[in-house]
Amino acid sequence: MLNPISAAFLKAKQENRPALLTYTVGGDSSKKQSLNILKSISKNADILEVGVPHNTPVADGSQIQTSAYRAIKNGIKVNDIFKIVKDFKKFDKNKPVILMGYYNMIFQYGENKFLNKCKLSGVNGLIVVDLPWPENKNFAKKCRKKSIYFIQLLSPTTTNIRLKKIIKDSHPMSYFISMLSTTGGKLKVSPKEIIKNYIKIKKINPKKKVVIGFGITEKTIGKLKSADGLVVGSAICKEISKSLKHRQNPVTNVSKLVKKLKYKIV
Amino acid sequence: MKLKKGMPVIDQGNKLGFWGGKFGGNFVPETLKKPIDDLEVLFNKLKRDKKFIQERNKYFKNWIGVPTRFIKLENLTKYVGGAQIWSKVVSDANGGAHKIYNATVHCLLAKKSGKKVIIGDTGAGYAGKMLSMAAKKFGLKCKIFMGAKDIARQQPNVKAMKKNGAEVIPVYSGSQTLVDAVSECMRHWVANCDTTAMCVGSTVGPAVFVRICGWSTSQISRELKVQLIEEFGSIPKKLKLYNCVGGGSSSFGFWNEFMDYDKKQCEFIGVEAGGPAKSKKHAAPLTYGSKIGILHGAAQYVNQNSDGQIEETESISAGLDYPGISPLHCFLKDTKRARYTAASDEQALNAYKLVTRFEKLRPSLEPSHAFAVAISESKKLSKDTIVVVNSCGDAYKDRGILEKRLGKKYVKSN
Repeated sequence: MLNPISAAFLKAKQENRPALLTYTVGGDSSKKQSLNILKSISKNADILEVGVPHNTPVADGSQIQTSAYRAIKNGIKVNDIFKIVKDFKKFDKNKPVILMGYYNMIFQYGENKFLNKCKLSGVNGLIVVDLPWPENKNFAKKCRKKSIYFIQLLSPTTTNIRLKKIIKDSHPMSYFISMLSTTGGKLKVSPKEIIKNYIKIKKINPKKKVVIGFGITEKTIGKLKSADGLVVGSAICKEISKSLKHRQNPVTNVSKLVKKLKYKIV
Repeated sequence: MKLKKGMPVIDQGNKLGFWGGKFGGNFVPETLKKPIDDLEVLFNKLKRDKKFIQERNKYFKNWIGVPTRFIKLENLTKYVGGAQIWSKVVSDANGGAHKIYNATVHCLLAKKSGKKVIIGDTGAGYAGKMLSMAAKKFGLKCKIFMGAKDIARQQPNVKAMKKNGAEVIPVYSGSQTLVDAVSECMRHWVANCDTTAMCVGSTVGPAVFVRICGWSTSQISRELKVQLIEEFGSIPKKLKLYNCVGGGSSSFGFWNEFMDYDKKQCEFIGVEAGGPAKSKKHAAPLTYGSKIGILHGAAQYVNQNSDGQIEETESISAGLDYPGISPLHCFLKDTKRARYTAASDEQALNAYKLVTRFEKLRPSLEPSHAFAVAISESKKLSKDTIVVVNSCGDAYKDRGILEKRLGKKYVKSN
């Protein structure tokens, strides 16, 4: 069977648009709300990234940090994240879900146990922010055996030689970090420049899908349409924070935002 | 797991930067891979370059002021009535602590790589103060990340940093201490690594930072070795080197040159921060058997919960208030080359009282932890045992805390 992630890219391509990937922190701001957000956005999002909150994140900007600290403060554990994914999959079993987090969470859980649990819960892919290539080779192999995509990160600082080596080892999807920034930074390079870098990566192996993330908002998403997929994370986390602050329903607000994002790329 | 003889410990990591196959490494976001590789290439080249070593030595000598004193604490020795207690007064160094060695080397490296800005983290404020001094000396723009809680409790150093022209950036996330300052500093580097050099303030972080820092602070033991031979004619038969351990930069530097000696002749004792006697929180991952985890890019023993969230620490000493520990020390612990123990806040304060009562020496709260254990163990040791405590920081920065905990006389009388 085709991995649902690949199926999602295929569907988006048929519709002549990039896939829309959303990122929310699992358990933000509660287990129930987090699940409801996933359910409500699944209509418009093609792939759902769920963050495993960690309290010493070295690559996240303030929006995602706020979401992560909120979830941790509310007592979210790794097992709760699996439960949220499992419950979501009961609602929409074909929607691909990717877990994104830091390696210590997997290391403490135990790599094999973590992957088994991913499989049981319906996780389709993993992004491990601080496990770069070649350090991730063994773990990526384990993922492949479980038919879980290990998603390599690529950055503007990744050298050409390194890009080729990573892409050679990579699974069908990779993630290109648009600029030198933590998550949610203001886009400091032009979309044109980002697409130029993206094309450079695509040329290495056009069959492999590459999504672009970091700094993408409602304002900029339309200009990056030519990519295989686009990730919006911090803007969504910010929307949750804003809703909570104004005592509004984050589920409705996030759902509206994702609908708008989708509208910009079709 | 084995320690190799005749090879610097900083170079004993494997290809991926792991000591003993499991401590250290490079658990970093992809964006940092290139700047870290570049730094590694530069450092490996320069540390073999005689000209660079000369340049470093010139700054160490003329600007930092080496060697720092090696003195016998006669009165304290008499009072304790056991081993001879000596001190390596590293706080003599320009700026008042060992952090100046690493800061100077990082600024030299930044200059060589053409970077205009240098950023750094700080806990007690010493790493930040020294980096701001060195940055000023070498004409680099400097930004220091410091937890809001530490800014409040280490004001003298904050003022010094600002006076040196550094921008002090308060960190409000998490526990608002060193651990968060390091995270924020790394995040800033992720976003600015094309123009900015990063200095990690201790022997922690991705492998190359561990190595650079250990290489820099080793100046301490190079001097001590010469001084011991001058004093005793040879390296004493029973030598014990006590040092506080937070991240582990001063202790590693204090021990490095003695690594190949048998531990029966030359024992290393690392003293971690046990925190308040009544609290369960501590900053002593080696003493209290914390599990291996990943923190700030390196695998190490680290205080964490079962889920892998890093736990908050508690210590009167901001410089030791760190949940992890250098991969070098994890390696020295597991190879049994060094022994680790902890002193509580109260024990450190008592040691400070004793040292200042008997000697013209004013160790900061960090080395006071080492003095606590050295004094208590010296009682039971023979008179021909040479105990050396690294007094790696001066208590000037702690005067607010000392006044609050011990009363005004302990601040004024010294």
